[in-house]
Amino acid sequence: MKLRFLSIFAAAAMLAACESGTTDTGAKGAAGQMTPPSSSASSIAAGSIEEFNSVVGDRVFFDYNKANVRADGKATLDKQVAWLKKYPAYAITVEGHCDERGTREYNLALGERRAHAVAEYLKAAGIPAGRVKTISYGKERPAVVGSNEDAWAKNRRGVTVLSK
Amino acid sequence: MTALLRLRSIVFALLALAGLVVSAPARAELVIDITRGYMRPLPIAIPDFYGMDPANAQMGRDIARVVAADLERSGLFRPIDQRAFIQTLDSLQASVNFASWKQINAEALVSGKTEMTPDGRLRVEFRLWDVLSQEQMAGQVYTAQNQGWRRVAHMIADTIYKRMTGEEGYFDTQIVYIAEDGPKQNRRKRLAIMDQDGENHRFLTDGADLVLTPRFSPTAREITYMSYWHNTPRVYIFQIDTGRRELLGDFPGMTFAPRFSPDGNKVIFSMSEEGNSNIWEMNLLTRQKRRLTHDDSINTSPSYAPDGSKVVFNSDRGGSQQLYVMNADGSNTQRISFGDGRYATPVWSPRGDLIAFTKMKGGEFFIGVMRPDGSGERLLASGWLVEGPTWAPNGRVLAFWREAPADDRGRGHTARLTSIDLTGTNERQLVTPVDGSDPAWSPLIP
Repeated sequence: MKLRFLSIFAAAAMLAACESGTTDTGAKGAAGQMTPPSSSASSIAAGSIEEFNSVVGDRVFFDYNKANVRADGKATLDKQVAWLKKYPAYAITVEGHCDERGTREYNLALGERRAHAVAEYLKAAGIPAGRVKTISYGKERPAVVGSNEDAWAKNRRGVTVLSK
Repeated sequence: MTALLRLRSIVFALLALAGLVVSAPARAELVIDITRGYMRPLPIAIPDFYGMDPANAQMGRDIARVVAADLERSGLFRPIDQRAFIQTLDSLQASVNFASWKQINAEALVSGKTEMTPDGRLRVEFRLWDVLSQEQMAGQVYTAQNQGWRRVAHMIADTIYKRMTGEEGYFDTQIVYIAEDGPKQNRRKRLAIMDQDGENHRFLTDGADLVLTPRFSPTAREITYMSYWHNTPRVYIFQIDTGRRELLGDFPGMTFAPRFSPDGNKVIFSMSEEGNSNIWEMNLLTRQKRRLTHDDSINTSPSYAPDGSKVVFNSDRGGSQQLYVMNADGSNTQRISFGDGRYATPVWSPRGDLIAFTKMKGGEFFIGVMRPDGSGERLLASGWLVEGPTWAPNGRVLAFWREAPADDRGRGHTARLTSIDLTGTNERQLVTPVDGSDPAWSPLIP
């Protein structure tokens, strides 16, 4: 179920990326599994963390050794902002992560830079600064195991983690 | 008193065997030049140390085994198979039959004896012989508590190494590292410590919090490292003897990449703020903190020169990740790496003559060394991922870690500690109970 929601979002992100003329390796793999939006949401409570994670999309992806939020990421963050404004009770921790193709200490700094970029975007869009914290995990907590471009693209990420 | 504190006082007596150490022989003596590239390991005979009774004989076997293993791992010595020995231990104890050692092509010979003193301590005597000249090259007596026998063996190996190479030994040392197990997405990481040969291994943390990048203080009794305790990544100092852990200062952002100053009075590290990472130092005596770099970029992996006057670090201020050297007060910063690729994790040699680093180029990782002015770059090891060199205290051997990639199903990933000598010819895996990363080599144990 969760996978399907993710792929819906990935397809949307892919379209956004195409419009702005960039490529999005993070979403490419999932784009083929597009599922009609009508099959979504019935079992997910509105305003739940599950909804945020799987319908809105909790993460954005970065290019190798870069920390600027890409066009596809901005589309995701705009959706996050709209949702977070609607549900102001959640505290937000932005996690910054890197792929495994860098050194440990440098990647801690790079992950922090990515988390900061996401946090700044959220704040600039009107999320109160006091609601947003950052943490870097460098290359220590990959989302996907695998030593290939596809896995690395999915691991270079900023994840918006909610708590009450 | 803790067991470890007790251990420190175990090896308390060390005497040269009076009058037995030869001084400056006139002939060309038996020496190993370790600055050369590949060389033939020196054939050395290391019989069991003699013991009058079964208990002492067993101790003698154990000590000889540890000495031989240390010397063999250095790549500079080839211990001869004991089954080839002609002279018996009893006979050797009386006098050395050099012809019988020459016959099996031994160029150096170690003879030793273990016994119990009347007050129940271990007394170990050893001599190093040049088989061809039939001269004694070294001779020493160690007195220790029984459980200190491993350290005695490592000290004997250090003495032999020093006598034959002219360089300080590095066998009476420990390695602290990050022990890793579990799935890669949620790897359990624990501080672990062991002797340099993998013995006396123990875990120092329980794995509840992510821990990274441990480094020894100059006394080898403290470790500075990073922990994610309470999901707040910060630098800590860990007292090995007491297990006590102390937060380093009160900083608003993530602190990471810590290292002690050579005098042990300061810790240098990075702090993240507004997406940038800059280098700070904290004086452990005055508790004063000082920011050393002021740059909108990543500045990390700082390492002091052995005299404390300069710091080498890693920065992407010029657009790509490169190595820089600055004065210890943050002034006069100079870029030193100019080769192709990205440079990371610089570590100043305890001898001061070289800086070791990790290099990334063309999808491959390398461990290399360069002079402090950036000249003379040499790559010693390469692989899919090699990272994080640390110097043995003699500045002639490095440890780092080597990872193997996962396959497309996410299987097969490994991380292993490895040592290599400066010639790049003698790479050895260090045996650990689980995977390992981030090794840090201690100074010689005081």
